[in-house]
Amino acid sequence: MSELNQETNAGERSKIARVACKGVWKLFGDRADEALEAARAENLSKDEIRERFDCVLGVRDASFEVYEGEIFCIMGLSGSGKSTLVRHINRLIDPTAGEIHVAGDRVDTMDEASLNALRSEKIGMVFQHMALWPHRTLAETVAFGLEVRGVPKAERRKRAIAALSDMELGDWVDSYPDELSGGMQQRVGLARALAADPDILLMDEPFSALDPLIRRQLQDQFLDLSRKLGKTTIFITHDLDEAIRMGDRIAIMKDGVIVQTGTAEEIVTAPANDYVAAFVENVPKGGFVTASQIMEPVDGTKLDRSIEPGMPLDDILATFAEDQTPLAVEQDGDTLGRVTVGDALQALGGKEGS
Amino acid sequence: MDIWNIFDTEWVPVGTWIDQVLNWLVSDYRFVFQAIKVPFDIVLSALEDGLTGVPDLLMLVIITLIAWQAGGRRVATVATLSMLSIGLMGAWEESMTTLSIVLTCVFFCALAGLPLGIASARSDRVWNWVRPALDLMQTIPSFVYLVPVVMLFSIGNVSGVIVTFIYALPPLVRLTNLGIRQVRPDMVEAARAFGATKQQTLWKIELPLAMPTIMAGVNQTIMMALSMVVVASMISVTGLGQMVLRGIGRLDMGLASVGGLGIVFLAIMIDRISQSLGQPSRERGHKRWYRTGPVGVVTGLFVSRASPATSYKNTADTPPDSKKTGKTQA
Repeated sequence: MSELNQETNAGERSKIARVACKGVWKLFGDRADEALEAARAENLSKDEIRERFDCVLGVRDASFEVYEGEIFCIMGLSGSGKSTLVRHINRLIDPTAGEIHVAGDRVDTMDEASLNALRSEKIGMVFQHMALWPHRTLAETVAFGLEVRGVPKAERRKRAIAALSDMELGDWVDSYPDELSGGMQQRVGLARALAADPDILLMDEPFSALDPLIRRQLQDQFLDLSRKLGKTTIFITHDLDEAIRMGDRIAIMKDGVIVQTGTAEEIVTAPANDYVAAFVENVPKGGFVTASQIMEPVDGTKLDRSIEPGMPLDDILATFAEDQTPLAVEQDGDTLGRVTVGDALQALGGKEGS
Repeated sequence: MDIWNIFDTEWVPVGTWIDQVLNWLVSDYRFVFQAIKVPFDIVLSALEDGLTGVPDLLMLVIITLIAWQAGGRRVATVATLSMLSIGLMGAWEESMTTLSIVLTCVFFCALAGLPLGIASARSDRVWNWVRPALDLMQTIPSFVYLVPVVMLFSIGNVSGVIVTFIYALPPLVRLTNLGIRQVRPDMVEAARAFGATKQQTLWKIELPLAMPTIMAGVNQTIMMALSMVVVASMISVTGLGQMVLRGIGRLDMGLASVGGLGIVFLAIMIDRISQSLGQPSRERGHKRWYRTGPVGVVTGLFVSRASPATSYKNTADTPPDSKKTGKTQA
């Protein structure tokens, strides 16, 4: 249920876009510009682009906005272009076409110096394989962004220790990454991303390389932290469960295209196409489907019990566990419809009654 | 003309051309090459004066200390025994001359080879030009360029350094290039993601991570330089090589063997020291260099005398026991 709560929280927050991509294309290859033009004009597929121009399509016409303080998950299988897309936000990869806005600045046209300033001050990044430098102590690693910005040594050490202590690594300040376990290493990665107190966090499959138990722990820890700090976060994952758990909103990518963007509920209950539908097929819908979605028209029978239209399926099932008589769905005294045991069970099985 | 044996005639007179170019260079541009000699001359003379000027025993102690610092007691023992053997065989003076030539050569190889290696790693186009040049330098027999070097630079130790330089440069360039290219791309990407410029990424991330490979290149360069000393002695370079050459010339196997053994012991000493310099610090238990070897003994005395609290602050190092408690907690 926590996912739903987060959604309402995010809804209450002011919806200011901190990160926005508009029509971003990325083609890898020597003839990228040519391929782009043809792909746009003739709507070529990924394979056709490769055949005709020897270019690999990374991202195709991707547009999305990430609002202040929300966790925006980009989910897709490997090769779907999600890591490529996220690298456009701090321009580790240059777009072939499109606009990228971060905190009010145009990143795609930015010069080298302002880009480096943006990267070290406003954007923190966490990598899938930690990418910790083996020759640097944790303090030196975490303070790297401050170091390249020219922050004095004493100051950056102080801030590095603070960032490491937040991640419960205060005892390991002068250790090296190879002395740490995988989970601890990724906490260092997080501390490094947070040390400069950036507005925006880019997380490229941060927990994928960890074993499930540690992953769960870090997810919880990160959610807590995220609620506390309210950083605008773009979270890449190939795991739908993780996306649902972490994301206020989710974008699903396939072959470089964003197929659907929406809240976990929207994606699970109203998949945009067969691909997304196949993906969300096995997600337990109890938390997402609500009474208003599964109710049927009232037939005049008097119903003793009533529920709110927003009641989730899980709670409806709990109600039926005690008493199987149909429920009236009421809002402000008006009866909108009714829900029977059959409706609820059908919805649980994946079919929506309506 | 006999069509079946067309190659009896010299169609392309490469030899003549090279003769002409060389003669032209020698007659008109010898001053340029004499100028190139100057920096080699300065470094070589300084090193040679230094190495031969220091009393033998003091030098032995210095080498022992350097070896101890670089690679611990075992390396120190090997280096000391090697140098002791050279001294006892009566080849000390010559070995110091050879050592100064080798070190001068390595100095200039590093000066030229590191930037060249870095540039090669950065750009495939540079590497496409550098690689055939290195192939040529490594495959062309050194006797071939011995003569032009003598004509342009005249004979003596400095010319010896230049010949050795040409022969010993390639591995350093190759391994610097390789070392930097082998740095994991996500390490570089992470540095860029936190706002490091290309220069900062190179100095703070790529070079330190490539250092073991680069040091292997330095080690190879030193070994190649040592293997050149006998050939170089043909253009009257002094030192151990000359002992070997003279011994062979006079059929004096004793003299030749002393020179040869001297080269071997010198090689062992330099090899062990330079190899241990290339070891990444994480393989040595992450100790700072000033915490090990003779310097570590000295700083150890100093630190233990100071109060523990101040020593902790000064060195910015967690004391080992607190690290241990950290581990048990986690």
